[in-house]
Amino acid sequence: MEKFWADFVEKFNMAFITGDRWKLYLQGMGTTLELTVTALVIGVFLGIVVAVVRVAHDQQNPGKHNPALGIANAICKLYTTVIRGTPMLVQLLIWGFVIFKTSRNRFLVGMLGLGINSGAYVAEIVRGGLMSVDAGQSEAGRSLGLGYLHTMIYIVIPQAFKNILPALGNEFIVLFKDTSLVSSIGAAEILYYAEAVGAKTYEYMFPYIGIAVMYLLFCILFTWLQGKLERRLRQSDRH
Amino acid sequence: MIDIKGLEKAFEGHQVLKGINEHIEKGEKVAVIGPSGSGKSTFLRCLNLLEQPTGGTITFEGVDITDPKNDINRLRARMGMVFQQFNLFPHLSVRENIKLAPVKLKLMTKSEADQKALELLERVGLPDKADAYPKQLSGGQQQRIAIARALAMNPDVMLFDEPTSALDPEMVGEVLEIMKELADDGMTMVVVTHEMGFARSVATRVLFMDEGVIAEQNTPEEFFAHPQNPRLKEFLSKVL
Repeated sequence: MEKFWADFVEKFNMAFITGDRWKLYLQGMGTTLELTVTALVIGVFLGIVVAVVRVAHDQQNPGKHNPALGIANAICKLYTTVIRGTPMLVQLLIWGFVIFKTSRNRFLVGMLGLGINSGAYVAEIVRGGLMSVDAGQSEAGRSLGLGYLHTMIYIVIPQAFKNILPALGNEFIVLFKDTSLVSSIGAAEILYYAEAVGAKTYEYMFPYIGIAVMYLLFCILFTWLQGKLERRLRQSDRH
Repeated sequence: MIDIKGLEKAFEGHQVLKGINEHIEKGEKVAVIGPSGSGKSTFLRCLNLLEQPTGGTITFEGVDITDPKNDINRLRARMGMVFQQFNLFPHLSVRENIKLAPVKLKLMTKSEADQKALELLERVGLPDKADAYPKQLSGGQQQRIAIARALAMNPDVMLFDEPTSALDPEMVGEVLEIMKELADDGMTMVVVTHEMGFARSVATRVLFMDEGVIAEQNTPEEFFAHPQNPRLKEFLSKVL
């Protein structure tokens, strides 16, 4: 028993204390959070563009077909189909080792891969949100002489935003965990450091369980924040 | 002012409007009545192209609005519309609801629009509601704001799509009162309505729509006193 504890403490020290290794985990978590936020920004931007194109295409008056919009819609559909139909890990490997195989900036490649992946899912979330806004709202906007884009920007999107925020919060949490995949293309996020420590000490239990606990704590924190935000939004509904 | 020739509208093969010819003069107040499903709302919604007609032409102030080459947004800016369900923007305050279109379309500066909004709120009897949100208001108040919002664009004609049908009975009067004042000020109005009292006292002309055509029209006095069409007689006997 004593030997077990001595062993336990030694492995713990090796994983976290020796050479101030705990700093590596924190640094890695910092990168993980940066990746999550920047990828979500890319994802939301792409998602809104794709969703607006697709909704605009579907809402065209019958008999009035804008060819440019048709092409844009086809591209958007292809994008969501390909991204949602292939595993994220495979996409990241293609970004990292095929398309940007000479790039040294693995963070940037990972961010791009994650963001482009997230965009396809966010697009569907945003599209659902846009369609959930009552048709009377855009009719009111159009009847005042506002154009399609003005109506979208000032009337439909702000109202859709409220409806999509919970789903977007969810996407953030999913993305946060999915950032671990970018270690496979060499971006130095938290899993990358855990593996480095493990490889050096030949001891993987503490590094892996340690980062699992860190992921979990952050997820609990995000879920709590999300709930708080939702309650806040519901309150403003009552105006 | 509005000239409608051979107007047709079909939804997926179902013919709702079957060739309507009509002319609306400046200053007229036209009430459109008829049974539900007769196409009266569709007719009104075609006038500002919220519904795309499948046949015929609509000419507004000399411009064919059904011609895709003409900028529909600029034409719509001169036609106000009031909806059955008010359709106020719930995320904006009353003041912002009224200011949005004039400011975004650069017809007024922010302070001009603010001034205009307050004037209009005074006119519809709600000067103290500028900073309220639509959900805090009763249906009647919301509809009065919706009228103010449409008026902020200084339209040449106002289209009303059953403006009192979604209201509690005690709120119908306040909305009709505003509409009557608007009519007295000389606004050109096309009103789809079930309020026979309003049609009789405010309209200068009443149209009866049935099965996608205008089956009868007349001055309100003649229309209600001496209906000719058997469907109209039947309709009036049910609603009066």
